[in-house]
Amino acid sequence: MHRFLETDILSNMCIHVTKFLLAAALLLSGNAFAKENESSDDSKKDLKTEIKEYIAHHLKDSHDFSLFSYTNEAHEHKYVGFPLPVILWDNGLKMFSSSKFHHGKTLAEVDGNYYKLYHSKIYKTDAVGTINYDEEHHATNAKPIDFSITKSVVMIFITGLLMFFLFRGLAKSYAKNNGIPTGVGRFFEPIVLYIRDDIARPNIGEKKYKRYMPFLLSIFFFIWFLNIFGLTPLGVNVTGNIAITFALALLTFLFTNLTGTKDYWMHIFDPLGDTLPWYGKLILYPILIPIELLGLFIKPFSLLIRLYANMQAGHIVLMSLIGLMFLFKSWLGSPLSFGLAFAISLIEILVALLQAYIFTMLSALYFGFAAVEHDHADAH
Amino acid sequence: MEKLLEEFSLGLFFWQTLLFGLLLFLLWKFAWKPILSAVNDREEGIKDALAAAEDAKKEMQNVTADSEKLLKEARAEREAMLKEAREIKDKLIADSKDQAKVEGDKMIKQAQAAIESEKKAAVADIKSQVANLSVDIAEKVIKEQLSDKNKQLKLVDDLLGDIKLN
Repeated sequence: MHRFLETDILSNMCIHVTKFLLAAALLLSGNAFAKENESSDDSKKDLKTEIKEYIAHHLKDSHDFSLFSYTNEAHEHKYVGFPLPVILWDNGLKMFSSSKFHHGKTLAEVDGNYYKLYHSKIYKTDAVGTINYDEEHHATNAKPIDFSITKSVVMIFITGLLMFFLFRGLAKSYAKNNGIPTGVGRFFEPIVLYIRDDIARPNIGEKKYKRYMPFLLSIFFFIWFLNIFGLTPLGVNVTGNIAITFALALLTFLFTNLTGTKDYWMHIFDPLGDTLPWYGKLILYPILIPIELLGLFIKPFSLLIRLYANMQAGHIVLMSLIGLMFLFKSWLGSPLSFGLAFAISLIEILVALLQAYIFTMLSALYFGFAAVEHDHADAH
Repeated sequence: MEKLLEEFSLGLFFWQTLLFGLLLFLLWKFAWKPILSAVNDREEGIKDALAAAEDAKKEMQNVTADSEKLLKEARAEREAMLKEAREIKDKLIADSKDQAKVEGDKMIKQAQAAIESEKKAAVADIKSQVANLSVDIAEKVIKEQLSDKNKQLKLVDDLLGDIKLN
């Protein structure tokens, strides 16, 4: 468990380092540009907010698959990428291309309804696209249920396809090559074996581990591949999205509790067993059982928050460091932040693997609790 | 927490669950099951092969032990046979020596007996010849001596004297 905490601490440290660097950058830029005229300082501030907004935008899911954007000579912002289908449920299914939004610049009119893309979310508006706000500057417009094929969905699909063909190929290569994998399977087979021998077997036990293997293998490679995809220039932050980690943790939760043995449930509803007389239980159990029940939910919740926060933090740190290069614009600062960004990238590649490992490991641990079968008297 | 809830997208959750569920099912059926069973088969195969090799090794050791035992037995037998042969030889030699001695002794005895009898015969012969010679000589001497009266008397005296001495 310490190892997992360490990575969390590492990520936190990264955030602190970034905060420090950002503060340093602000001080430096403040000093450096104090001598210059006001307009330059303003443009600097604009750049800062632009970077901040860009990072915030990047962390969110997007309705079109943009590869990069640039500003041309006529000061027009050009996006390079392709639109994705938008699917809305708003008193009936509405489908249209995300190109209708023009990256949030225009309203999409579908069947007499107007929709506006605002901070990566789709709101229903009037014909001129008014967004109403409450006191805390949250949009109060109606939000149709959004089933769009977003950038994350595309990446999930691509990862799924990749995994399917990769491991189908590995499975087929056994028959072809007399039980020995060929090609890229040679790299992945040891990882499959590692998950079986060092994650599933010791945590779940020899008798029942086979039942959970497909799930463990699937989540491990799914999370790992998506984490790695997040580090590519495509920059899709899929595993840093709370909906994704929630869905994954929910599956772990369901698998744990649907396969729970009698001993597992006894453990929750009668945690002390025969070690305590019934009148003692009468006093303790009103406290203990709610705690145990809460534990059921806290375990997968910690899974979803850990993965989300680690990936989110990694992306924030990396993009902040890259953003610093544009803020410094100096011979000293920019190479420094480039070097840091490079170092953090390397750490992030490790974190990508580590987080996949931790998620799988802890899932296996929870499955191990659920699959437990022992003589209750001699345990604990 | 509020930020998390705000960020939560039901659509993405839906697609993730659907696609991941589908992926899980497909991989379960078409990838993980064959991979794990193939790996398992391979491991079983390796285990069996190792066990077979171990058995073969043991058998080999048994065979070697057996052959060594056989060799030892053969060596012992040869040793015993050689010993027996030596004993027989010694006995034979000893026997023949004894026999030869007995035979020799017998022959020597026979020879001695023959010599004895020859000697006796020769002695008897010599005796008779000596007696004859003596008689002849005595005859001649007496004939010569008895030619004279005195000499005859003397002889009688001598003979008488000899008788007395006897």
